[in-house]
Amino acid sequence: MNQTSTTKTSYHIPVGPIHPALKEPVYFEFEIDGERIVDVNVKLGHVHRGIEWASRKRNPIQVLYLAERICGICSYCHPAAFTLAVEDAADIQVPERAEYLRVIQGELERICSHILWAGVAAHEIGFDTVLYFTWQIRERALDLTEYLTGNRVTKGIMTIGGIRRDITKDMLPRIKKDLNYFKSNFEKLRHIFLDDKTVKMRSQGAGILTKKDALKLCAVGPTTRASGVKKDVRVDISYFAYGDLDFNYITPDILTGNVNGDVYDRIIQRLLEVKQSIELIEQCIDKMPSGDIVVEPKIPKLLNQLKKVNGEGVGRHEAPRGEVIHYVKFDGKSESPYTWKVRAPTYNNILPWIPMLKGEQIADIPIVAASTDPCMSCTNRVAIVKDNKRYELTKEELHRLSIEKTRRFMK
Amino acid sequence: MTKETKLTPEKIVKSFKDEFKTKIKEATIKKRAAGSKKNETTSIWMKVDKGAFKDIIKYLCDLQYPHLAVASGNDLGKNIELIYHFTVNFGTRMKEINLNISVELPKSKPEIESICEYIPGALITEREKQEFLGVKILGIPDDSRCFLPDDFPAGVYPWRRDETGPEKLYKNLHGVKK
Repeated sequence: MNQTSTTKTSYHIPVGPIHPALKEPVYFEFEIDGERIVDVNVKLGHVHRGIEWASRKRNPIQVLYLAERICGICSYCHPAAFTLAVEDAADIQVPERAEYLRVIQGELERICSHILWAGVAAHEIGFDTVLYFTWQIRERALDLTEYLTGNRVTKGIMTIGGIRRDITKDMLPRIKKDLNYFKSNFEKLRHIFLDDKTVKMRSQGAGILTKKDALKLCAVGPTTRASGVKKDVRVDISYFAYGDLDFNYITPDILTGNVNGDVYDRIIQRLLEVKQSIELIEQCIDKMPSGDIVVEPKIPKLLNQLKKVNGEGVGRHEAPRGEVIHYVKFDGKSESPYTWKVRAPTYNNILPWIPMLKGEQIADIPIVAASTDPCMSCTNRVAIVKDNKRYELTKEELHRLSIEKTRRFMK
Repeated sequence: MTKETKLTPEKIVKSFKDEFKTKIKEATIKKRAAGSKKNETTSIWMKVDKGAFKDIIKYLCDLQYPHLAVASGNDLGKNIELIYHFTVNFGTRMKEINLNISVELPKSKPEIESICEYIPGALITEREKQEFLGVKILGIPDDSRCFLPDDFPAGVYPWRRDETGPEKLYKNLHGVKK
């Protein structure tokens, strides 16, 4: 029989670059066969603002504030990684107390980010009550951030050679109260996400990333750990005060006994990390030594010291989404860095999307894409081109498809 | 794929030097302590010959499959320097080593071989280096643009500091004077 006349047709769906499901623009082109995704192509760069170039006209202290504005959610980890890189290049030793304070800020940011993500993930599969519940908890975390830093989002807390605000004794009761609030709600969150039948049906077996792929594609953060790769900068190397603290790698098998690398595992992963972050903050408060919080309080003196530096350094910090790495080079002549390279965690979690999304359904795009917690957003509408007719799938439509799939499971 | 053996920084440098001899131009081990207990983090900075670069990466993959964080680049005037930031030994508490392998390419012939064959995750960073530094990556599986828009002029490389840099594109930018 001659089969050539009935060739299978697949069509292409562009998703993006603007999509509220995710937080910043990215463009996907899906090759679809019926409901199944056959192939995915990702295009980036819609919010490339030339920040690294802008640093050429700024001194390191000014770059700190520029780094803070790379991302609204990671407004601590970018300055942190930049500071680590500068301190590495200039060989600056930081006071011990500042190292502990830096951990507290880092972990608080992780709690905010992971709980925000939990809400977004719930929204993607149609559980908006959970979205409001999680964001209510996040609000407390943001209030605590404001209490400690003076601001909710752009905290301006990091500085080269230390940290800008101390945590005094009279602040501790408030911190402990809030940590207890997170702990008591953590159990509720765990129950909602991990015991709910429908969440399990939507997330188990969806968007699988194998350990082999995670290693080969250089995935980072909760995305790679949920696939069973033990990679966490906080545990892997000694920086800030992480080397002094008692904690270990988290992988989903701690709770379930095995690693599947699916969306469900990534939910477990982040929830367990929230708990770990609460414990780390408690440890820091207990162990924190007294002393200075910054090595050189006079900024002009510090800048003068940095101006003479001729060398390069790398700073790595475990951001909520994974390893963030900054490379800085000074030439010893100019005040501003000669080169500054920023690599945010999502950069490495783009390629793992391809094996995750292949073979999934259109209705799974939002939750699978969101499961890596991409720090780069996505689509307002989807256009389907079929037989020269153009259908437009709005973001609401895509969201509706996702909700309908959940409802089908609930019946 | 990852061997369970943990390497020490000295062993890594020695094994590379034994294998590649003069192709390893420079290797320094840097240690930095942090926290109250002053636990140390080790970084290795290695300058290698561009001709042996691909073999060096292959050798590294056989030694222990590394994690590639990113490749960064510098315009050094006559040459372009690419620095590949690897990590090895992850998975054990405070045993990880930063391995930075740098390679210099002359501007007259800025070409380097792709390492996607061994590390498929290097694709995005290699594409970025192509468009931002004007480096030619030989044998790259996908050489389309990654971050720059399609209508960005050809022959302009935003990270270059010479005449191919972005200067002519921003002369009308608000607040930036020549």
